[in-house]
Amino acid sequence: MTADPQIPLLSVRDLKVHFPIHRGVLQRQVGTVRAVDGVSFDLGRNETLGLVGESGCGKSTTGLALTGLVPPTEGTVMFDGKRVGSESGVDLQTYRRRMQIVFQDPYSSLNPRQRVSDILRVPLDIHGIGTRAERPQMVLDMMERVGLRPDQARNYPHQFSGGQRQRIGIARALMLNPDVIVCDEPVSALDVSVQAQILNLLRDLQAELGVAFLFISHDLGVVEHIARKVAVMYLGKIVEMADRRTLFANPVHPYTERLLGSMPSLDPRKRHSFEVASDDIPSATSIPSGCAFRTRCPLATAVCAKEVPPATERAPGHVVACHNR
Amino acid sequence: MTATSPQAAPRGARRLRLPKPLRNASLLIGAAITLTIIGLAIFAPLVATHDLAQMDMPNRFSGPSLEHLLGTDNFGRDIWSRLVYGARISLSIALIAVVASAIIGTLVGLISGYFGGWIDLVLMRITDVFLGFPPLVLVLAVVAVMGPGLMNVALSLVVVSWTEYARVVRSTTLTLREQNYVQAARALGASWPRILFREILPNSLGPIIVLASLGLGTAIIWESALSFLGFGLPPPAPTWGWSLSYGTRFIRDEPWMSIISGAAIMVTVLGFNLLGDGLRDLLDPRQQTRGKG
Repeated sequence: MTADPQIPLLSVRDLKVHFPIHRGVLQRQVGTVRAVDGVSFDLGRNETLGLVGESGCGKSTTGLALTGLVPPTEGTVMFDGKRVGSESGVDLQTYRRRMQIVFQDPYSSLNPRQRVSDILRVPLDIHGIGTRAERPQMVLDMMERVGLRPDQARNYPHQFSGGQRQRIGIARALMLNPDVIVCDEPVSALDVSVQAQILNLLRDLQAELGVAFLFISHDLGVVEHIARKVAVMYLGKIVEMADRRTLFANPVHPYTERLLGSMPSLDPRKRHSFEVASDDIPSATSIPSGCAFRTRCPLATAVCAKEVPPATERAPGHVVACHNR
Repeated sequence: MTATSPQAAPRGARRLRLPKPLRNASLLIGAAITLTIIGLAIFAPLVATHDLAQMDMPNRFSGPSLEHLLGTDNFGRDIWSRLVYGARISLSIALIAVVASAIIGTLVGLISGYFGGWIDLVLMRITDVFLGFPPLVLVLAVVAVMGPGLMNVALSLVVVSWTEYARVVRSTTLTLREQNYVQAARALGASWPRILFREILPNSLGPIIVLASLGLGTAIIWESALSFLGFGLPPPAPTWGWSLSYGTRFIRDEPWMSIISGAAIMVTVLGFNLLGDGLRDLLDPRQQTRGKG
């Protein structure tokens, strides 16, 4: 592995994922869902980037495209300085070994007919890691590492609680010792107390193994807890990206401001700094021209309808896409 | 569900805990019936009391007796002996037909459902063509072209029954391929055969087994129907369908011959259906520990 600190581990440029909509007998294409519409970011080793946004803003699709589960329409993904999928770059099988995913739903993410020991062995079998004799021990070691008892190895997924299942999902992703794990809302299906356990587990694993996380969530509180850098997505685009402290203390983009304003506060005297949103997010099939947020933006002016605001760096590492701020 | 009913819960704590398969009444009864009939078929030369071809015209249509356990037919042949040999024919045809249909249909369904697109389109239109024919016409056409015979009858049944497996497996595959664990396997770099046979197939086994058990029953009925219509194995063969159909000629005065072969068909079909129900419950790991566990 070339550990050049100058080159980010994962570098995504102008990633687009569009889904055609077909209708009628002839299956004519009648429209396009622009789920991800030009996303760029860097993710360094051992780093956690939080990706936040409303439902349907394309954050999960971004994660699926990066793990190769959904084919990207456009854009480049550089892994360790090499382009993924190209002839001279990283081939898909190597890339998959170094890039894993943890899903939101701990129930559907585990095959109900496989024992935990089998679920965790599959990655080793596929990539031929260790000898046949070594693999069971590797599985047990990993179970211990994520906080499962080795005597549970012969159990089926339905014999575990949601939090334990999520630990199994994390263990499966870690089996290949990847460099990046896409965590697609890994705690939003869990109870709050269990959420904290899983988040702490992820943090400990990161400190121990040096894995980087792309942490997708709609829960700002969770992201504030775990991420170092945060990117805010709106209708397929990143509107603001900064390190966690800057973003939470000095949001620049009006959408970020509004998102933060909607965070519930423990202080009853504190009122929402913004009005609670009463309007819906526009459909990803007909994204507004210019700035996608202008239909809900209090600062929208004429230029917002005409030109897409370019993402500009306002301070080192603080990128904002807005005409009026 | 009699002996193992969960309604006996208050006393349940003290009740003897049987291993899980033995607490499943339909599995037990189904397995008992099926195993008995399979046993009779395998050991037919031992359990048969008479030579199949041995006629005894003075004693035709005799009722059950010590000499003839189930009586004699229109030629005075021993019905019991013909019945156990007939089980061989019915079971082998049913087994061959069901195994072949299940394998073909499952493969088509898995590939069709997993890959989708034009592959799905082509495979499903082929399935539609097979479904489009009235099954009896298709079966008769195949037998008419290929000629009678055990393998040919079995093959004709495959032609009409594989589509059912293809349709069912395709639809379960469509749902299962969207499951996160299939996505996770893809993210791990699993090849498509691995995903189909290790992730998707084990989760579609329930419906396949139920279909196969019902299919065994249906195949036995089909075989009897073909023999009934004179398209089965030619006459000296002791098929159940032939006895049933030929017996109807004498049914007013001597119903015994038809009743016995009809009952044999019915009990066998019932046995396979019960077995299939029981197996489905047994093979679902989620049901093993639910409630009663």
